[in-house]
Amino acid sequence: MHSAPDLLLDATGVAKHYGAVVALRSASLAVRPGEVHALMGANGAGKSTLVKVLTGGVRPDGGTILVRGKPFAARSPAEARRGGIVSVYQEPALIPDIDVRSNLRLTQSPIEATRHWLAELGLPDLDLTDLVRDLPLATLRIIDLARALAIEPDILMLDEMTAALPANLTEHVLEVIARQKGTDRSVIFISHRLIEIAAVCDRATVLREGQTVGVVDVSHGSENRIVALMLGDMVRDLPARVADVASASPRPADAVPRISARSLSAGTKLADVSFDLHQGEVLGVVALEGQGQDELFDILSGSERPGGGELLVDGTAVSFRHPADAIRAGLVYVPADRAEALLMQRSVRENIALPFTTRFGAWGPIDVGGERRKVDKAIATLQIDTRAAAEVRRLSGGNQQKVTIARWVAGGVRTMLCFDPTRGIDIGTKQQIYQLLRDLASEGAAVLLYTSELKEIQLACDRAIVIFGGRIVAEIDVADADEATLLRAAYDLRPEELMPEDVASAAVAVEADHPSLVGPT
Amino acid sequence: MTRTAGTARSADAPRSPLLSGSAWRRIIRDRPLIPLVILLVVLVAVLELAKPGIVNGNWAATTMRTAIPLAILAACQTLAMLTGGIDLSVGAVASMAAFLMATQATGQGAVVAIAIALVACAFAGVVNGVAIGVFKVHPLIMTLGMSLVVLGLMSVYQLAMVQSGTLVPDPIQWLGSGISFGFVPNSLVVFVPIAILIVIGLRRSGYGRLLFAVGDNPIAARLSGTRVWQVLVALYVMSAILAAIAGILIAGLLNTATVSLVEQSVLPSVAAAVIGGTSIIGGRGGYAGTIVGALILTVLTTLLTVLEMPEAVRQVLFGAIIVAVAAAYTRVTGES
Amino acid sequence: MSAGIGMVPGARARSGDTAGAWARRNVWTLGLIGLLLAFLALTKVIQPNYGAPGIQGLAISILPIAFAAVAQAIVVISGGIDLSVGSMMALASVTSAVLMKDQGDVIGVAVVVGVLLLGATVGAINGGLVVATKVPDIVVTLAMSFVWAGTALLILNTPGGGAAPWLMAIISGPLGSPWLPKALIVLAVVVAVVWLPLRRSTMGLALYAVGSSRLAAFRSGIAVGRTKIIAYALTGFFSAMGGLALTASGGVGAPVPGSYTLQSVAAIVLGGVSLAGGRGGVLGPIIAVIVLALVRIDLTFLGVDPNLSTAIQGVILIGVVMFGSLVAMRKVRA
Repeated sequence: MHSAPDLLLDATGVAKHYGAVVALRSASLAVRPGEVHALMGANGAGKSTLVKVLTGGVRPDGGTILVRGKPFAARSPAEARRGGIVSVYQEPALIPDIDVRSNLRLTQSPIEATRHWLAELGLPDLDLTDLVRDLPLATLRIIDLARALAIEPDILMLDEMTAALPANLTEHVLEVIARQKGTDRSVIFISHRLIEIAAVCDRATVLREGQTVGVVDVSHGSENRIVALMLGDMVRDLPARVADVASASPRPADAVPRISARSLSAGTKLADVSFDLHQGEVLGVVALEGQGQDELFDILSGSERPGGGELLVDGTAVSFRHPADAIRAGLVYVPADRAEALLMQRSVRENIALPFTTRFGAWGPIDVGGERRKVDKAIATLQIDTRAAAEVRRLSGGNQQKVTIARWVAGGVRTMLCFDPTRGIDIGTKQQIYQLLRDLASEGAAVLLYTSELKEIQLACDRAIVIFGGRIVAEIDVADADEATLLRAAYDLRPEELMPEDVASAAVAVEADHPSLVGPT
Repeated sequence: MTRTAGTARSADAPRSPLLSGSAWRRIIRDRPLIPLVILLVVLVAVLELAKPGIVNGNWAATTMRTAIPLAILAACQTLAMLTGGIDLSVGAVASMAAFLMATQATGQGAVVAIAIALVACAFAGVVNGVAIGVFKVHPLIMTLGMSLVVLGLMSVYQLAMVQSGTLVPDPIQWLGSGISFGFVPNSLVVFVPIAILIVIGLRRSGYGRLLFAVGDNPIAARLSGTRVWQVLVALYVMSAILAAIAGILIAGLLNTATVSLVEQSVLPSVAAAVIGGTSIIGGRGGYAGTIVGALILTVLTTLLTVLEMPEAVRQVLFGAIIVAVAAAYTRVTGES
Repeated sequence: MSAGIGMVPGARARSGDTAGAWARRNVWTLGLIGLLLAFLALTKVIQPNYGAPGIQGLAISILPIAFAAVAQAIVVISGGIDLSVGSMMALASVTSAVLMKDQGDVIGVAVVVGVLLLGATVGAINGGLVVATKVPDIVVTLAMSFVWAGTALLILNTPGGGAAPWLMAIISGPLGSPWLPKALIVLAVVVAVVWLPLRRSTMGLALYAVGSSRLAAFRSGIAVGRTKIIAYALTGFFSAMGGLALTASGGVGAPVPGSYTLQSVAAIVLGGVSLAGGRGGVLGPIIAVIVLALVRIDLTFLGVDPNLSTAIQGVILIGVVMFGSLVAMRKVRA
């Protein structure tokens, strides 16, 4: 890779080892002024380490980093900031126990400029005296971004900026990012969402196994090339159907559903939700952020009690007071956040075997042989890489997610509740998870799958229900569940109405000089 | 699909296995007992050098006799620390057991007296456990408050019992301070079953797994169906009963019982667990290391006494060793 | 002083509305003030001739533990905990008593300054070890409590030494009105001069920030390690104040730590400081110390066995914390 003098950021040969584990072998990243540059890679490819190196969180073992031609070596985010690089992390860098204004003061951010960007990003009325801990996550991410924009950094790094954002805020964010083009500053955009990459980015640098394996000019159809680079020698067609869903075994008409929800409600979030989940099917749940899906899964998994309505399992009314009650009824839960599900310092074996010993009656001696058989079988089923099995925290994100699923597969699944199980993991592992869910269903289990990636519905589900404002607003058969239809339904829009996404993507498309992939224009 | 799996695997996994350069790190991390035992042996060797001839069968027995109650108190800390808690009430509870036993023994006989002591301690444990497990009171605060309550109540009880006096029953004295065959402390009769139960129980029982699980990640434990409060109530009851046993052994060892008999052993009990490699944030540790930790502290005390160091120096050294050992553990386990 | 100390930083009272917001955020401190008034009234009811002399005695007796509570509050707000507060107090007490004995006023002043510097240094060592070793605060400071207590014993084996007369005079007796004990004024002045300006500074925000979220603080550009060391140094400083108060009130150096560490933890918890860090102030803990002292006094007046009052103190501690966590659970559910 040649280094041009007009580069804003020019990192070459960046390496980082953790003990004997190589996180970055030789990563390069060249960013021109005024471009929006995507940084891509499967889980464990070294993206987050590279981000940490550039923002002073981690000191590299080797390589050179030039910013506007000058050597750059930050030892802390503060130093990186003085050097012109600011990052917006997935977890907002805001102090929970002080108010927004004090947070701005602490980081010496100009208040008026921050207010301006807050307005641009769709939060004009934010009260700066609100305590950070009282604000929702999406708002915090927007504040974090506005604060970063306000100090006009040379390079703005956005790590999965649109994750956890509702669609209307996503649209504002993408618009603002697109506006950075043509200035003398640039944006490094990290995302798993190819659609967004295609919509706002000029070029993409792809990392694999700690190395930069290619730089791609983003244009129509470049997604396949990016995916190919991410996967290495495996070139695959991304939207391949995992299994022939249509041929899934037909169920007898008089079958009692595994789960029947009847007018479930909870607080202000969940108003009235009724649906049936049958044996042998994967039922998708589609919703924009915060439409009550969290509460629905909390109720079904026994974490929260419903405010009203009725829940039937195998035709019998149940009332869960604790996750243990749900598990006894055969409802097992895979949360999106692996940090919620795993014992990070314990072994893969202990993590998978955890549900075996939770009952009071199972506090006694462990049947070691039986446990090993079940655990080994689950490890084999999920193809978990056990080379770092002594501590789960040393596994990659994808392998960790497999462990959270294996835990339930090991004991025999009857009903699995998956809440965004593929969030933030690489495509290869996603594909394996879809396949596993299909296999479970074909063996007679019932699966409820909420996903924030609409594409997954057609890949893994038999049908989908759409929740909006705490109610089910549509039920869609998989044959009709293309992204555009699902998105319309998720907004509770009638077909003839214009969607906000369309407006945004049209605007972005002009800037990006290629057709939008978000929806039909 | 198999090809997919292969690719995903190579992309996902750490690039190379841990290499031999960090072998010693791995030993400390995975087999902390080895360096601990080496440290213990070194201390014994230094002791023998400082006062030739001191290390013999009788010395071993008296050392173990002193270390055993400390090791039992440290078991309370080990178990509590595995769940991310701590039990600062062990001193007050152990003293209560000793004092109740000694005062009741004058009128009721040894067996009833011990039963009363154990029941009272178990009750304190239930209260600790319910407050921590159900009402989510911070363990440090709860057990600290409990030790104030127990100490206060025992002081009042002491005034009421001033007439009856105290008596440490002979069997308890035999158990706490007796030595058989010249080198076997009788308290091993109590300690060996306890130690075996805890060491094996932590690895091979469902409850042991749950202690680690709750300490590592209480949310994950709950989502997997663990009723965390049950685990914690059982834990603090167990801790209180173990403390009671230690208190009774100490009463037997010293042939006395007061309301603050065991108070000065609280911090050493935490120290023994920390030296033994149990993490105070939870999820990591074991009891075998704790036992060696208690022995190390006991031998060190003897060594300093032999060297005629003032009590003050012992304290300074204790503190320095705990920081050093804990720092070493953190260095080897805190990567990633 | 009373307006500011317990306040969440940044929430200045700008208008009636923000004053309301301030009240909402400081319910705990306001409740404690109410409790304090109630207990004062109760004391007066139980013992009608309780008056100015009683208040003065109370003020002197709470001074060491009040400083210990302030010391503990600062480190806990910044996300740590210091179990060596009592030992540092003992160290400061014996050092001052040994150096001050039979010396003139000038040397006495120098000793006071020196001991405060010593306290800050000793605290900074605690903090430095926490930062450098990455061992949990509770373990490091527990271990260091042995070290400092041992050092105190090396300096002075039994209570002894002496206090400069002016030092003893500075905390005894009233100033102006007999209802205004000097000890309380000393406490207020020290806290107002050292803590208040600091808390309003960026450094003070950083203390709260590090306690509230280490990661967010680091990413906000705060030097986390340095901030923690400063917090521990402040804790050492206020512990040394507590030690000096011990020397001044007793007239001799006290080499044995006593139960100040645990009492300080109890006081900050009652005072509304979250053990998780980032929340609370120093006014709450000081009031909590006074309330606890009043409880003890009232029980004595009522003829209750002083031993039982230890138990009652424990019950109050547990009860208040349980109440607090019940309120918190309610809130989460609502």
